[in-house]
Amino acid sequence: MTKFEYSPAPESTSIVDIKSEYGLFINGKFEPAKGNKSFETINPATGKPLARIAYATNADVDKAVNSATEAYKKIWSKMPASERGKYLYRIARILQERAREFAVLETMDNGKPIRETRDVDIPLAAGHFFYHAGWADKLDFAGLGNSPKPHGVVGQIIPWNFPLLMLSWKVAPALATGNTVVLKPAETTSLTALLFAEVCQQAGLPAGVVNIVTGDGSTGAYLVNHPGIQKIAFTGSTEVGKGIARAIAGSGKALTLELGGKGANIIYEDAAMDEAVEGIISGIFFNQGHVCCAGSRLLVQESVLDEVTTKLKSRMELIRIGDPLDKNTDLGAINSKAQLEKIHELANSGDQEGAQRWSPQCELPTDGFWFKPTIFSGVAQSHRIAQEEIFGPVLSILTFRTPQEAVEKANNTPYGLSAGIWSDKGSKILWTAQRLKAGVVWTNSFNKFDPASPFGGYKESGWGREGGRHGLSAYVKVVK
Amino acid sequence: MSRIDVMKTYKLYINGAFPRGESGRVYEVKDSKGKFLGNPCQASRKDLREAVVSARAAQAGWVYSTAYLRGQILYRVAEMMESRKSEFIDVIVASEGKSVSAATNEVSAAIDMWVWYAGWSDKISTIAGSTNQVSGPFYNFTIPEAIGVVAIFASEKSPLLSLVSAVGGVLASGNTCIVIAAEKSPLAAIVLAEVVATSDVPNGVVNILTGKSSELVPWVGSHMDIDAVDVSGLSKKQESEVRIAGADNLKRIHRFTEMQSAQRVLAFVENKTVWHPIGV
Amino acid sequence: MQTKSPELVHDETSLKQFLLKLSPVDQVGVDSRAAMLGTRSIKNSSKNLAIDLAIRMVDLTTLEGADTPGKVRALCNKAVRPDPSDSTVPHVGAVCVYNDMVSIARAHLDSIGGKDVPVAAVSTAFPSGRASQAVKIQDTQDALDAGAGEIDMVIDRGAFLAGKYGQIYDEIVLIKSLCGEKAHLKVIFETGELVTYDNVRKASYIAMLAGADFIKTSTGKVVPAATPSVVLVMLEAVRDFYAMTGRRIGVKPAGGIRTTKDAIKQLVLVKETAGEDWLNPSLFRIGASALLNDLIMQRMKMRDGRYSSMNNVTLD
Repeated sequence: MTKFEYSPAPESTSIVDIKSEYGLFINGKFEPAKGNKSFETINPATGKPLARIAYATNADVDKAVNSATEAYKKIWSKMPASERGKYLYRIARILQERAREFAVLETMDNGKPIRETRDVDIPLAAGHFFYHAGWADKLDFAGLGNSPKPHGVVGQIIPWNFPLLMLSWKVAPALATGNTVVLKPAETTSLTALLFAEVCQQAGLPAGVVNIVTGDGSTGAYLVNHPGIQKIAFTGSTEVGKGIARAIAGSGKALTLELGGKGANIIYEDAAMDEAVEGIISGIFFNQGHVCCAGSRLLVQESVLDEVTTKLKSRMELIRIGDPLDKNTDLGAINSKAQLEKIHELANSGDQEGAQRWSPQCELPTDGFWFKPTIFSGVAQSHRIAQEEIFGPVLSILTFRTPQEAVEKANNTPYGLSAGIWSDKGSKILWTAQRLKAGVVWTNSFNKFDPASPFGGYKESGWGREGGRHGLSAYVKVVK
Repeated sequence: MSRIDVMKTYKLYINGAFPRGESGRVYEVKDSKGKFLGNPCQASRKDLREAVVSARAAQAGWVYSTAYLRGQILYRVAEMMESRKSEFIDVIVASEGKSVSAATNEVSAAIDMWVWYAGWSDKISTIAGSTNQVSGPFYNFTIPEAIGVVAIFASEKSPLLSLVSAVGGVLASGNTCIVIAAEKSPLAAIVLAEVVATSDVPNGVVNILTGKSSELVPWVGSHMDIDAVDVSGLSKKQESEVRIAGADNLKRIHRFTEMQSAQRVLAFVENKTVWHPIGV
Repeated sequence: MQTKSPELVHDETSLKQFLLKLSPVDQVGVDSRAAMLGTRSIKNSSKNLAIDLAIRMVDLTTLEGADTPGKVRALCNKAVRPDPSDSTVPHVGAVCVYNDMVSIARAHLDSIGGKDVPVAAVSTAFPSGRASQAVKIQDTQDALDAGAGEIDMVIDRGAFLAGKYGQIYDEIVLIKSLCGEKAHLKVIFETGELVTYDNVRKASYIAMLAGADFIKTSTGKVVPAATPSVVLVMLEAVRDFYAMTGRRIGVKPAGGIRTTKDAIKQLVLVKETAGEDWLNPSLFRIGASALLNDLIMQRMKMRDGRYSSMNNVTLD
């Protein structure tokens, strides 16, 4: 009998027009970096180059900060809040208009499946602008005091895992509260940020309100230490975040951080099992596991370990890994060679330390960077794969006996970003949620995001929240 | 002939008890006229360590008691302060050289401020929490929770008032604390410790150390089990020290200028957002 | 209480215990999984295969008070030859009628080369299920005597909602015993009346334990009927039951599946839940009427490269 295989269903790339090279976006215009240095950005699913990206020098960053400062002083700080909001509405609507173009571009630059950029990343990014547009003239109601004042010029550094979405999480609240922005995208994923600059132009956003400087870690470091910046917002690794905290100590700069995690996904024996297994899958394989809030530790009640493991393995056989532009792809490419090596290193430590590795049979493409969805059973808290953030499609499975033990194990980490709880018993869910030291707790769900829902970590997962009313406080001066 | 007073030995307050400093060191405190007042203990890093252990052990019980109970306990502290009013006044007059009426005003203000903070305990999530309108069948709420263990460097300025404002805010939200009293004027802090010890405050919720803040700054900054620090009593340079060392576990660090401020309550919370599906 | 699965259930008490131990179902999670599977993009050769598979799975249905012999014969024609202009179009899975139309349907099918097309009869006081047991038995027996190769019975939803699971179980066992090996038994839950997915899961297990050959969502008379979520829950049940017992039970969504897109979504659900083994008419059927013509029109578009019109397909 012929099997019902899905034919290839590629999304067309004709909707994007990728230039061969890109400049920096400063003061409302694209211009080449001083010194004309550039670097290549590739499609990690194929390894092929997409474009050359400008390498911002210190002088370029100075220019960007100056233009943001001038724009703040002369235009943005004087503009009535409602008018500011209208620019954000325009941006949101244009993002929605050009949604397909952004989705395809993001998939090509990042390696994540088109289904996810189309159904998650881009709609949420537009949503963030729409949501924050409405806050611009309602800040008096936000619990921040009367007429809270913006910081001025904010420096923002975003990661490669959700490029446009992370941009929207940073830029939307910054602008809504009256700040101007100098943003540095991640070096492997600058293209949607640069396309966003076009949206700013189309929306008529005054020049200098948003500036985009592409480059690498040193560009970011220069921005962080720039005396013309009043506030820094950083999303990235915990190590770099700590470095920033040290670097700006005593400078008077405000800082919010959104760092790493090692989220515990707790499955109680009375969980809705099939949905819980879906939640495990979404927790660790969504976005190839390149998620700070990934449910990378499965904490399953020992009484249902076998049942859950069996169902999980069967379900993993259905994961479709391949061309991210194919609409049926579930798992895309790893974003870079460097990240792939890190994943291998940690996964190998799992083997060496005695955990049992398993992956479904699947063929990986030969070009590009790929890693099979993988689970490790028999993991204990003392394994490296239970402590260190892998940032890849690798799940560590641990067990617990009682709710108290689940909470203890879940909290036994310097991280504190996210957690999941699966149970059909409401009181147990709330009891557990109350005790988890995590800034985001998903119950009978995972990896859900919304502009109205504050996101951020306890402990070493960061400082502050993004989204919702609570996320606004990062961008205004609070009198203490 | 006037009666010989029984002089007070000023000790540390850790875990509900009044131990001497483990290093055996003390330092001399004189009044505003240079007269000897006492030899408060010079807390060492080991005293700090013990205080953190007690504060951590006490935190789970404190935070999971009801807000109402916490509020009542905090209010009782105010009752005890009121009944010890004259002792506070004496200590302030002696160590700061203020007039009796100025000291009385300060003590009254401190008690009233403590009462203000006590009333916050069961209102924090009402005021600072939210339910969030997400676009999906989910009940989504954000609830502010205590950060955990907070170290407080008390300010030299109006020591009692600033101490009360620092501690009141921290406790109201369910945190526990280690206070490093103002180095030059620590005695009011010790009287406060005695008040706290008689007010049903569980052991370890408040710990008070006296000594040299400069000695303790690096140990507080680097302690991986301190979650947050109030640096209002430190110089800018010391604050930076704490920030740099504190980056190792990303301590939340705050400096306050306002005495009676909602920010003192709201600064030491973490916001937890919970999603729950709505279905049958 | 006779039982098909004595190792699992042997009386009402053990049945209730079995049902209590079933994992709960989270509605939002199910809806989200069903929605995600609905985004699968089925193109080109996979679409061609899916369309033909869907046609072979259709239980072409007429269940109206106004049914006449003429109407039923026309339906049978359509069932055997869905597209007179294209002989490569396969015949449907079955014809589904009321029990008093069974002999007409059977005779007509046999006379037009439709020997391979079974006649399914709805039974046990379809659609309401509100009648005495004697009437339900008679209803079924009449259909079998008239030549029905398949019986689509309804469960007593009132009894279910009142918690009388043993009664449901017993009725299914009884009707199955009438069917014997001659006819396969589909058990209709009327999921729109059971409402919750937990109830659908329970009903699925009761039916499978009692000997159903197929579990079926709806009568088509109540909305909502065969939503992707409900079918997903039922597919999970047959998948897990197979793992428990080694027996494969079929699934039939009925009602609300009107377009090729809807039908292909169902096939995707099957493939990614119960698996490839269920992708054939002996284990998956789609109860529908208007769907068939949409499948044919889509088939034409795939064949000819252009959109077709209702003028090019026959009403019946």
